[in-house]
Amino acid sequence: MAPKVRIVNASKNFGKVLAVRNASFDVQQGEVVLVIGPSGSGKSTLLRCVNRLEHLNGGEIWIDEELVSDPRADVRHIREEAGMVFQSFNLFPHLSALGNITIAPRIVKKMSREEAEVVGKRLLERVGLADKVHAYPDQLSGGQQQRVAIARALAMNPKVMLFDEPTSALDPEMIKEVLDVMVQLAKDGMTMLVVSHEMGFARAAAHKVIFMDNGEVIESGPPEQLFANPKEERTKRFLKHIL
Amino acid sequence: MAEVKKTRIEVSDGALIPEREEKATFTAWRISFFGALALLILLPFISPQPYRQIMVFLPDGILATFEVTVLSIIFALILGLFTGLGRISRVKIISRIATIYVEVVRGIPLLVQLFYIYYALGKIVQVPRMVAAVTAMTVCYGAYLGEIFRAGIQAVPKGQMEAALALGMSRWQAMRRIILPQTIKIVLPPVGNEFIALLKDSSLVSILAVADLLRRGREYASKTFYYFETYTVVALVYLVLTLFFSKLVSLMEERLRRRGP
Repeated sequence: MAPKVRIVNASKNFGKVLAVRNASFDVQQGEVVLVIGPSGSGKSTLLRCVNRLEHLNGGEIWIDEELVSDPRADVRHIREEAGMVFQSFNLFPHLSALGNITIAPRIVKKMSREEAEVVGKRLLERVGLADKVHAYPDQLSGGQQQRVAIARALAMNPKVMLFDEPTSALDPEMIKEVLDVMVQLAKDGMTMLVVSHEMGFARAAAHKVIFMDNGEVIESGPPEQLFANPKEERTKRFLKHIL
Repeated sequence: MAEVKKTRIEVSDGALIPEREEKATFTAWRISFFGALALLILLPFISPQPYRQIMVFLPDGILATFEVTVLSIIFALILGLFTGLGRISRVKIISRIATIYVEVVRGIPLLVQLFYIYYALGKIVQVPRMVAAVTAMTVCYGAYLGEIFRAGIQAVPKGQMEAALALGMSRWQAMRRIILPQTIKIVLPPVGNEFIALLKDSSLVSILAVADLLRRGREYASKTFYYFETYTVVALVYLVLTLFFSKLVSLMEERLRRRGP
C-alpha cells in the first residue's frame, strides 16, 4: 500500500540557516512515527512543512496523492487533511471547549451547529472531558487544554495527526493524561507523526522512531531497536541524555 | 567572626500600584462628577439671572456636540479598523497606503485639518459645515484608532492565527472569528479614551460655526457679556459629560474582565 505521508529529500532554510536538509521518510497508513532529536534539529520545522505552516525550499512532501509542497497546492485542503496539535495548545480563549471544537467544522466544513455540537461532545467524551463542555480554556488545566486541542484537531476528521511537542509545556503530573489520549488514538488506527521525547509514549505506541540532528535524518528504526542498539554515534550520544 | 544578621525581607503587594477599586466614599471621580452636577443644578436657583437663560440656550449645543461626537466615532471606528488591518496587510501597497495615511494625519493638528477640509477643500467641493466637521474628525481619529487596532491585533499571540490556519480556516475567517473577538477586549480601554478625547476635541468644530456647545456659549456670551457665567456652565457641562463617559468605559472594562475570556 502506498504510504500516507511521503517526505522526499525535504529541505528548508530560513535565510542562510538550513533548518532541514534532505530529510526523507514515509509514514504508512495507521503508523505512529516519532521524531526525536536535540532542539534546533529541524524536527518541528519539518512537521510544520507537512501542513504548510512552513513551505519547503526543496524536495517533496506528499499526503496520499496530494503534493503538499506544490506552491499551487490547495493549502486549506491540506490543513483539513493534516490536523495539528501545538506545544502551547493555542486554544481560542474566547470560546468554550465545545466552541473551540465546533468552530472549524462549522465555518470550514459548513456543518450545522447542531451537527457540529454532536460531534464535538462525542470527541470531548473521547478525550475524557465530557463534563467540561462549557468550560473556557482558562478554567482548564494544561493537560485538559491539550486534550481539548486534540479533540479540536480531530473534529476536522483528518487523515493524519501532527503533534508538535504536545507535552513539553505540561507539568509532569499532567503529561500522562495527554499521552493516554494519544496512545488510545494510535490504537484506534490514526496515522500520527509526533515530535516528542516521551519515551513512555515511544514504547507504548510508536512503530518507528526517526532521529534528527542538524536538520538531517540520522537514523530510523523500530523503537526497541533504535533505543537499544543505535547504529550511529550521534544517536548514541543523544539517547544518553534522554534515557 | 561577626554574627550573622538575620535579615527579614518584607514582601508587600507593591504600594506603588494604586488600588483599582478605591474603597473611600469620596473618590476623586465622585467629588468632581457630583460637584459639577450639583453646581449645574444649584446655580440657576442661587442666581437665576443669567443662569436660567444660559440653561435654556445651551441644550441645542449639547445636542450638536453629541451629533458630531457620535457620528465621528462611528465612522472613525470603521475607518480605524480598516486602517489597522491595512497596516498589517501582507500586500505591500495596502500597508504602505495605510501607513502614509496614519503618518500624514497624525502630523497635522486637528484644527488645521478642520480648516483645510472646510475652507481649502471647500474651494473645490463645498460641503455643509456639519459634514466637513464630521469628516475632519473621522479622518483624524481614524488614524489614531487605526494604530490602536493594529496594536490590538498584534497583541493577540501568534499561535492563535496559526491554530486557526492549521484547522483549515482562511486568513479572513481566522481574523474575523478568532483574532478580532480577542482584539476587541484588548482595545476597549484605549478606544474608550479616544471617544472621550473626541468628545472634548469636538469643541474645535465651533470654529466652523457648527452650533455645538462651545459655539452656543460664545453666541450667548458675546450677546449678553456674561462671559464668566456662560463659560463656567460650558466647562461644567463638558466635565460632567466626560466624567460620565469615562465611568461608563471603566464599568464596561470591569464587566469584560469579570466575564472572563
